[in-house]
This record gives sequence, C-alpha cells and structure tokens, in this order.
Amino acid sequence: MLTPEDIRRLCRLARVEITAGEIADVSAKLSSIVALVDQLQAVDTKGVTPMAHPLDRAQRLREDRVTETDRHELYQRNAPLVERDLYLVPKVIE
Amino acid sequence: MHSRTLTELAADLAARRVSATELAKHFLARIERFAGGLNAFVTVTAEQALAQAAAADKRRAQGRATPLTGIPIVHKDIFCTAGVKTSCGSRMLDDFVAPYDATVVERLASAGTVMLGKTNMDEFAMGSSSETSCYGPVRNPWNRALVPGGSSGGSAAAVSARLATAGTGTDTGGSIRQPAALSGVTGLKPTYGRVSRYGMIAFASSLDHGGVLTQTAADAALLLETIAGFDERDSTSLDEPVPSYSKAVEEPWEKIKIGVPESFFDEGLDADVAAAVRAALAELEKLGAKLKSVKLDYIHLSVPAYYVVAPAEASSNLARYDGVRFGHRASDATRGDLLSFYMRTRGEGFGEEVKRRILTGTYVLSAGYFDAYYLQAQKIRKLIADDFARAFREVDLVAGPTAPSPAFAIGAKTDDPIQMYLNDIYTIGADLAGIPAISLPCGFVRGLPVGLQLMAPALAEAPLLKASHHFQRVTDWHRRVPSEYA
Repeated sequence: MLTPEDIRRLCRLARVEITAGEIADVSAKLSSIVALVDQLQAVDTKGVTPMAHPLDRAQRLREDRVTETDRHELYQRNAPLVERDLYLVPKVIE
Repeated sequence: MHSRTLTELAADLAARRVSATELAKHFLARIERFAGGLNAFVTVTAEQALAQAAAADKRRAQGRATPLTGIPIVHKDIFCTAGVKTSCGSRMLDDFVAPYDATVVERLASAGTVMLGKTNMDEFAMGSSSETSCYGPVRNPWNRALVPGGSSGGSAAAVSARLATAGTGTDTGGSIRQPAALSGVTGLKPTYGRVSRYGMIAFASSLDHGGVLTQTAADAALLLETIAGFDERDSTSLDEPVPSYSKAVEEPWEKIKIGVPESFFDEGLDADVAAAVRAALAELEKLGAKLKSVKLDYIHLSVPAYYVVAPAEASSNLARYDGVRFGHRASDATRGDLLSFYMRTRGEGFGEEVKRRILTGTYVLSAGYFDAYYLQAQKIRKLIADDFARAFREVDLVAGPTAPSPAFAIGAKTDDPIQMYLNDIYTIGADLAGIPAISLPCGFVRGLPVGLQLMAPALAEAPLLKASHHFQRVTDWHRRVPSEYA
C-alpha cells in the first residue's frame, strides 16, 4: 500500500498537484494498479531480451541537414503568455 | 444515403449519382440533429466541410478525383488539424489550435475526403469507455445510457449512428477495436509503423497506432491504402511498400487456417458474447477456414505488462505540458515558485485518469525500479510477441472476442480502474506485439453489438482484410443500424 508520503513524493516528481482530500483515493487506486503490475515479478525472464521495437527494426537515421524553418510566430500563437517573441514564465531568479 | 458504405458512396460519387456537396450537407444535417445526444463531437467543421466538398466536386469535374474524393469523414480529436482546435479530450488542450496537419489528416485531405468534424474521446486516449473526456462522456447509439467503448468512442458512435461514413482512430491498448465492438462497427488497427504517428498526439510511443473505424472491411481497405506508408517525419514509420488493399479484399477466398486461443474463452468472457463469437468462427469454418486451437502462454500477462509500459511512456510524453509553450496555464501564475507553477498547471489541466497514469508511470520509472518494472515488462512483451510468432507459424490468422462484454452503463466502472483496464484484455496483446488486428460486428447480445477480433502477422493487413471482407459477404451484422438512426 502506498502511503500518503509516497503519493506526495510521486506528485512532486511528476509535477502534478492533487488536493489533500484526494490523497486517500489516489493512494488506494494506485496501490491496486501496483498490485496488478506486480504480477510480472513472479515471471522468470532470465535470458529474455527486452523488446526494443515490435518489428525488431533499428533506429533510422536521417541526413544531418536543416529542414525546419523559423515558424515561431505560428507556434507562439498557442502560448499562454508571450512578450517580444519570448515565452513568459514565473520569476526563477531573485 | 447515410447508410451506404464508403465503398458504395465512392461508386455513387464516381457515377455522379450524388455530389460531394449533397453528401456533406446531408451528413452535416444529421450531425446537427443527432450529435448532441451522443456527445460524439468536440468540434463540427461545417464551413470547412462545405468548402472541401465544393473543391471535391470541382476536382471530379476536372477528372482528377480519387476513389475517396468527396467522402465525408471525421477525425478523432487526437489528430492535429491545421487551424482547427485539437483538444485530445483534455482541458490541457482546450484552447489548442494545431499549427499543422497530422500525416493521416494530410493524406486523407489530399485524396479529397471531406472532414465533418473532430470526435470526442477519452482524455489523451486513456480509457476504454470515452468517459474521461473533459467534454463529458460519449453515448452509445444502441442505448444512450451506455458507453460506446473507448478511447475512440466519438468516431465509433459517429460511424455507428451513420453521422459520418468513416472515422479515424488510434489504438494503444484497444482504443479502435474495443469501441468498434461495443458500437457495432468495423475497426482496424494496422501493424506498428504502418501508419505515420506524425501529428498524432503521443500517449505511449512504442504502442500508439493510427487506424480507422468504418462500416466494412472493404471500406477500411480503401482508407488504409491512402493513409499507410513511409513518412520521414515519424522516426518509427516503416519503409515498406503499400499494397492495394482494396484489390486484395476482392480476391477469391483461399483455404486459410485460423488459430483460436482457448484462453480467450475463459471465465472472464461473458457467456453470450462467447456464444456469438463461436457462431462467427463456425461461419468462417463454413467459408472453408480450418480452425485450430493455439496456445498463447504469456497472453494473460498482457494487461499488467501494458500497465507498466504505457504509463511509463505516457509520463515521459506528457512532460511536455508545462504551461509555458502551449496548453493550459495555472490561473494564478505569479503565486509561488516554478515547481508550484508546474504542479498547479498540470493539476488543473489533466483529469483524474491521466494523472493516475502519469503517477503510475512515474512510480515504475522512479529510482531503483526501472529494471523491476519497465525492463521486466519489455521482456514479457517479447515473450508475448514470440507467442504470436509461434502461433503464426501454424495458422494464418488468430481469432477471438474483441471485448469481454457488450457495452456497459455510463459510470459503472469509473471508480474501479482495474475493472476498466480489463476491458482491453483481448486487444492489448496485438498492441504489445505490434501486429495488425481488426474487430468485425458478429452478432448481438441483449440487443447490443458484439465484435469478432481477427489478428494477423506483421504487415499481413491484406490477408486480414480479405478474410474480414469474405466474412462480411456472408453476414449482415455490419449493416445493422440502431433504429433511431436508420
């Protein structure tokens, strides 16, 4: 069973806020999922190569040349806050 | 007109019995009348549809039409559509207007299809019931108190109620086939890499497949040959030739061997669904198929393996939603530090199920757990893929049920994630192995549609679609329409 402290730690790692009132429910449901996936631990997989690609293909490489053009204006239309082409974020350095 | 299959409408358009504009107007009127009751759409693109239809008619008049020119379709709201809101069913992307088209969208548009709108879905495709959308649950046209399946439930409901001729979908654990089964339509998930993932909002990259929901396998063949094929913008796209699937389905039936995994018919399967699927297998036998029992030794581990791999990849893919470059941003951005800004942005923007999967992924990837969970799951994934490979040395296709039960009530499983996850018990295997699979309407149980699932070796979509087409020539389950929408 995951403790409330486990849940708070996971939320910090995942950058996801949940309210104090939700912790018990999240903990119960996450614990049931962990119990489900823990079934995997009992399986002997010695010597099995983990699957890297369903069709066993290697990563394709592309030619090293510039294909992207500057489209920041188009892309920044979806940004919540932009000033002089810059994305605005909360103050990080005092 | 709306009950005609895509293949029939293509012939009608070619013979000028109907125009693209007439079709678009007819379907848009149906959407206006019925879509609200089903909550199947996030966005209806009426203006754009009429413009595309006019262009399609012009193109046909100039003699440059393809078989798909003028065919009205819908796109799952996970596919980016330039200039049109692409929400992925999430509050996080409620304001997001895609700056480009997904390859699937672009290829279908180039062929001349007419987009009627974007369909509702489980948030970020995480669900088996289309209930986790921030726009509310999609309803099943066979009974609006029930779910249509998910996550491509909006496309499934739209095709089932004949509000569109076909729809696109995505399948990571069953999200095309399971809603196809529960809504009574045909749903095809091709081989991993067969259809480009470019512009398809990422959930679990090693499992995400683009595909289609249609009335028939022949319709799916026509769409697949248009959307399949190499795309340099998707690093896992397969560089393999695309056969003419629509020609392949018309070839005469060959004597094929179909493997039946008996473990698919155990106590987890609704008895009436089992009977309907057995009857469908008997129908295939009558067509000349030879049935053979096959063993898939590790398939029972597909759900736990999936719930390690998929959430792990999701937690990485969804890290991009930071409230800075696009998407939802915490309402009071100046309060607290950067960590709290990220946490509030993501806490507000993501729904309960998405958060649960991100947290599960974060747990299995956290320090010291990688080998025990992710690596172990990828090993088991290999064992499951080997199971299928072994079976396909003896048989041409593997057949079984698509889903363990018919459609269930809205709200029935929302509080029990494990019960929800088990809806995909028969579909996850094909995603883990990356092999093509299809769900075909094969009967009714308590007035609700049931799906037969056929699976094939990698890149064997042609024989898969051919067998499906021959099954649909001798059955009419796929022609049944819920009476209200007939």
